[in-house]
This record gives sequence, C-alpha cells and structure tokens, in this order.
Amino acid sequence: MSLALKNVSLCVDGQTHIYDTTVELVPSGFNVLLGTTLAGKTTLMRLMAGLVPPTSGAILFNGVDVTGVPVQKRNVSMVYQQFINYPNMNVFDNIASPLKLAGLTRADIRQRVQQVAELLRLDPFLKRRPAELSGGQQQRCAMARALVKDSDLVLLDEPLANLDYKLREELREELPRLFAVRERTVVYATTEPSEALLLGGYTAAMHEGRITQFGPTGDIYRHPADRLTASVFSDPPINMVRVTKQAGQFLLPDGVTTWDVRGPYVGLKDGTYEFGIRPHHVHPAGNMADGAFVEGQVHIAEISGSESMIHFDLLDRPWVSLTHGVHAFGIGERARFCVDIDHSMLFSTQGDLVATMAT
Amino acid sequence: MSAKSTNQKAWLLVAPVVILVAFNAVIPLMTVVNYSVQETFGDNLFFFEGMKWFEEVLASERFHDSLLRQLQFTFIILAIEVPLGVAIALAMPRKGFWASVCLVLMAMPLLIPWNVVGAMWNIFALPDIGLLGKTLNAMGFDYNFTRQPVAAWVTLIAMDVWHWTSLVVLLSYAGLSAIPDAYYQAARIDGASSWAVFRYIQLPKLKHVLTIAVLLRFMDSFNIYTEPFVLTGGGPGNSTTLLSLDLVKIALGQFDLGPAAAMSLIYFLIILLFSWIFYTVMTRGEDK
Repeated sequence: MSLALKNVSLCVDGQTHIYDTTVELVPSGFNVLLGTTLAGKTTLMRLMAGLVPPTSGAILFNGVDVTGVPVQKRNVSMVYQQFINYPNMNVFDNIASPLKLAGLTRADIRQRVQQVAELLRLDPFLKRRPAELSGGQQQRCAMARALVKDSDLVLLDEPLANLDYKLREELREELPRLFAVRERTVVYATTEPSEALLLGGYTAAMHEGRITQFGPTGDIYRHPADRLTASVFSDPPINMVRVTKQAGQFLLPDGVTTWDVRGPYVGLKDGTYEFGIRPHHVHPAGNMADGAFVEGQVHIAEISGSESMIHFDLLDRPWVSLTHGVHAFGIGERARFCVDIDHSMLFSTQGDLVATMAT
Repeated sequence: MSAKSTNQKAWLLVAPVVILVAFNAVIPLMTVVNYSVQETFGDNLFFFEGMKWFEEVLASERFHDSLLRQLQFTFIILAIEVPLGVAIALAMPRKGFWASVCLVLMAMPLLIPWNVVGAMWNIFALPDIGLLGKTLNAMGFDYNFTRQPVAAWVTLIAMDVWHWTSLVVLLSYAGLSAIPDAYYQAARIDGASSWAVFRYIQLPKLKHVLTIAVLLRFMDSFNIYTEPFVLTGGGPGNSTTLLSLDLVKIALGQFDLGPAAAMSLIYFLIILLFSWIFYTVMTRGEDK
C-alpha cells in the first residue's frame, strides 16, 4: 500500500505543529521518522493515521484521498511508546480485540491470535493479564494487536523507547522481519540515529515540524542535504566549525589553524563554509604529527567501558570526540584532537550541503 | 554500655508519636473497653459484668432496627453517589478554563461543615418557608420531612448526595486524568465504541480510586450523625435514628455507659469488618 502526504500542514491554536509537508512513503517498506523529541514525529503519525485532521493538504492511500475518513475505517494500527493494552483483559483477549470488533468468527480469531502469539513468543502467556507481564512482553502484546489486524499501514511510535537496553536490541532485530511482510507500509519513529541505521529502509529526517530530507537511510546518512539533517542524523550532535578556503587551505576562525584542502573540496571556489564532522571521526591527537588538528579546552571526559566521549570547546562551539579506548582528561585541560577530513562534510553558510567526503 | 544508652535515647524520638497515639486512640479505646464490661453506678462504683452488655445489645431489637436503617442508608447513598460521581467526572471538561471552573464548583460542597449542611437543608426543605419545601408543596406534592418518614429519608439522602458526590467526582476525575491519551487513540484505531472505552479502559483504570472512594464514603456514611440530628433529631419517630444517633441517645440521653460502650465497640467492629471485606474483594487477585 502506498501512503502519500500532499502539502499537509497542521496548526493548533495558532501554532504550527507541522509545516507544509509533501512526502510519498515507500510502499511495503520500512520508513523511519528520525528526529529529536518535539520534532513532530508523533504528530505526523497521528496525521497519517487520521487521528487528527490536517489543517490543509491531503492524505492519499493508494492514490485515494482519505483525508476526511475516520481512523477506524482506514485499516491502520499503531504501537506507542507506552505499553497500551486493555488492563482487565488477558493477553488472548487483548490480541483478539481488533478481530472481535471486525466481527470475525470464533475459530478464525483463535487461529490468528495463536499464529501471531507464536510469532511474538507470547503463546505461554495468553491467559495472563498485561500487569502480570514484563515490559518487553507487554510491548510485544501491543505489537501483536497491531500485527493481528492485517492493516495496510502500521505506525510504530518509538515502540522500544521504554524498554531496557537488552530487550530493545532483541526486539529491534526482530522488528523488520515481523512487520515488513506483504503489502504493508511501516512507519517507525525514533530519536536514535543508530536505530534508523540498524532498521535500514528509508528515513525521513525531521526537525521542528518539517521533513528536512527523505530517502534511503544510508544515502541520507552519507549525503545529508543540509546541516539540520546532518545534526538530526548524528548522536552526539555533529561538530561544526566555520572555515575559510583560500590558497588550497582551510583557515579556522582563530586565524592560526590551517588544514590542507583535499578530495572534492579542491575544486570549490574560495570563501567561507561550515565544516562538519561526526564525533566518531574526531580523536585525541596524542603525538600524531600528520593530519588536521584542532586544539580545545576539555569540559568533561565520559568514559564508558572501552569508549570515551570527550566534550571540548573549539572557538566557542561545543565539540565532541567519540573514540575507542580510555582517554582521561582533566577538566579545563587544553588538548589537541585529530580531525579525520576524509569523513567530513562541507556546508554553505546558509546550511546546504556543498560537498562531502563521508562514505 | 555506651551503645546501649544510645539505643535507649532513640526512644525519645518516637516518644511524641507514641504519646499522641496513646492519648487520642489507645487510651480512649481502652476506656470504652473498660466500660463495656462493667455496670456503672453513681459515685464511680463499677461492677464487672463480663459479656452481658454485648449480649444485651446484640439481642436488642432497637439495635437491630438502627443497624438496618444504617445499612439501608449507606447502601442507598453508595448506589447513588458512586455512579453519579463517575458520570459527572466523565462529563467534565479535561482542560481549559471550564475544567478549573468545574473543579472549584465541585470542591465547594466539600468545604462546608456537616452541621452547616444540615442546617442549610433543614431550612431549605421546610414546607412552610423553605424554597424546596414550599415549591414541592405548591406543585402538589405533600412533602413534610418533620412528619413523614419517607420525606425525611429523601431529604437526608439528597443532603448527603449533594454534600459528598463531589468527593467521588474529584477522585474519579483525577483517575481519569491519569489515563494516557494513547489509550484513547488506541481505542479509536480499534474502532471501539464509547461504551467499550468506558468498560475496558476507563473503568479498569479507575478501579483503584473507586476502591478508595467507596471505602471513604462507606466509613463516613456509617459514621453520619450531624445531618439527621440537625434535620429531625432522628425522627419522625425513630425513622432516621441511625446507629450513631442511637448510640448517643443511650450514652448521653440515658447515661447507660455499659451498653453504650458495648455498642460503640460493636459499631467499630462492624465498620472494620465491612471495610476489610470490601477492600479484600476489590483488590483480590491483583498481586499474584
């Protein structure tokens, strides 16, 4: 099934929640909505589902305008961040509830619930109530309700956000297999870039009520159209510094530091650019002699197991280095970092992508 | 040695609570227990009577009657206030200016003391000068709560419903507000009717607050004294003499301390028993 939004916008009480958005989701595929909290992911999903009518624009299912069609007639299912189940029904009745409302026969219901319960490994718990399940099982029960319906559009609104790390990884691996079957369009909202990359498929990057870019996940990661998309698709946020290109070199605003211009950047005309590099391509320089370096004042170094995250200030902009190994720095210490230009991106001062070396 | 004296000193920290509880709960209760097993004469003469007063109270028709009236009263007001309270809470706006207005209006009756409520309704319902009483009579209803037991009961129940439904409303409203919006969305996506939403989402989610609401209303209504006292003093006849009124009549009116003490204890145990049964039934099968 294909889902398209045409010039859809949403205003509530004079505030714009979703700006003019046109996007055609990939039918029978996994579509990820990626953005920070308050980016409008949930609102966009509610528009897609028909829970709220758009202020303007049209929503098309398979080319048919369904803008005014109420949600219960659209054959949609949705899974939320909270574990939403009917509290006083057991797991079987919970999963069966959409089928009962659809008026299926008892035998049909039994068969389909059994099938979905086995798929989600819920079959030992069919007699239990949601409160007697673990968080992961509760969410699987909610997912089973969404799956059993055979809906054309499945909306997953940060379904793994409230689960602990282990369960999240486990369910994340299963998700594409579970949902991306047959003619079904899946929309998955998440705040985590790594989740979008793991789920694959297509990604729409969102920022403050706008889709900044939509396309195959890997392409967007490597070729973000602009600074906003690049920052949405980087966690911790992408490091930025203003550079001036002149005489085959990038000059940093301190007027001292210079980097050699390489690769696709060579052909660019001289002028001012915004240079962007993801945190895992910035490393403590140690005694390295060759390469591009920056020097900054360390705020804090977080060491988690075999990884270190070092926050420092580069010419009044916050930078982060995410690197393997344990690197201890004192607070306020000045340190030298190596910037891996081969993975950098260059934006115009307006924020559009000019060239990238990220692969 | 020093460790031991430190331990002893720690008692001083709990002493205020112990003394407070002793004076306002344990000692009065034990005094009642003491009275309930003795015959009292003037000049502080006491004779031990054992279980005599308990047997007498439990066998007396007067006690049976007032207990029956009490149970009737409690059952009626629970049957009205709980569904009505939930219905009002469901109908109230969830947010915005009107939500605040409704909440304040709802909280108002709860702020009024019992005896004021009694006096207000007494005057309000008087057949010759009260707005309600006079209107009813003008409309052709023969209504006089000082003479007709039914009228007295209706007035008493109306008074209690007016005074205390708000409590159920406020508790239910709080319970309803705690249900995440996602539940309603999920129900809409499923195509559930508003009855199904109530039956399978709102009611189960309200279970805990309703348990509290019913318990509070049960205990409070079982203890009701002021309203019937102010309204008719338990009359006409004995028709609105509920347990507490009867108890006061025996203890203060007739100064039969023994039977009154025995009755107090029975009264107390009844409330405890009903509350326990109710709570157990409502929360049964929850923590398996």
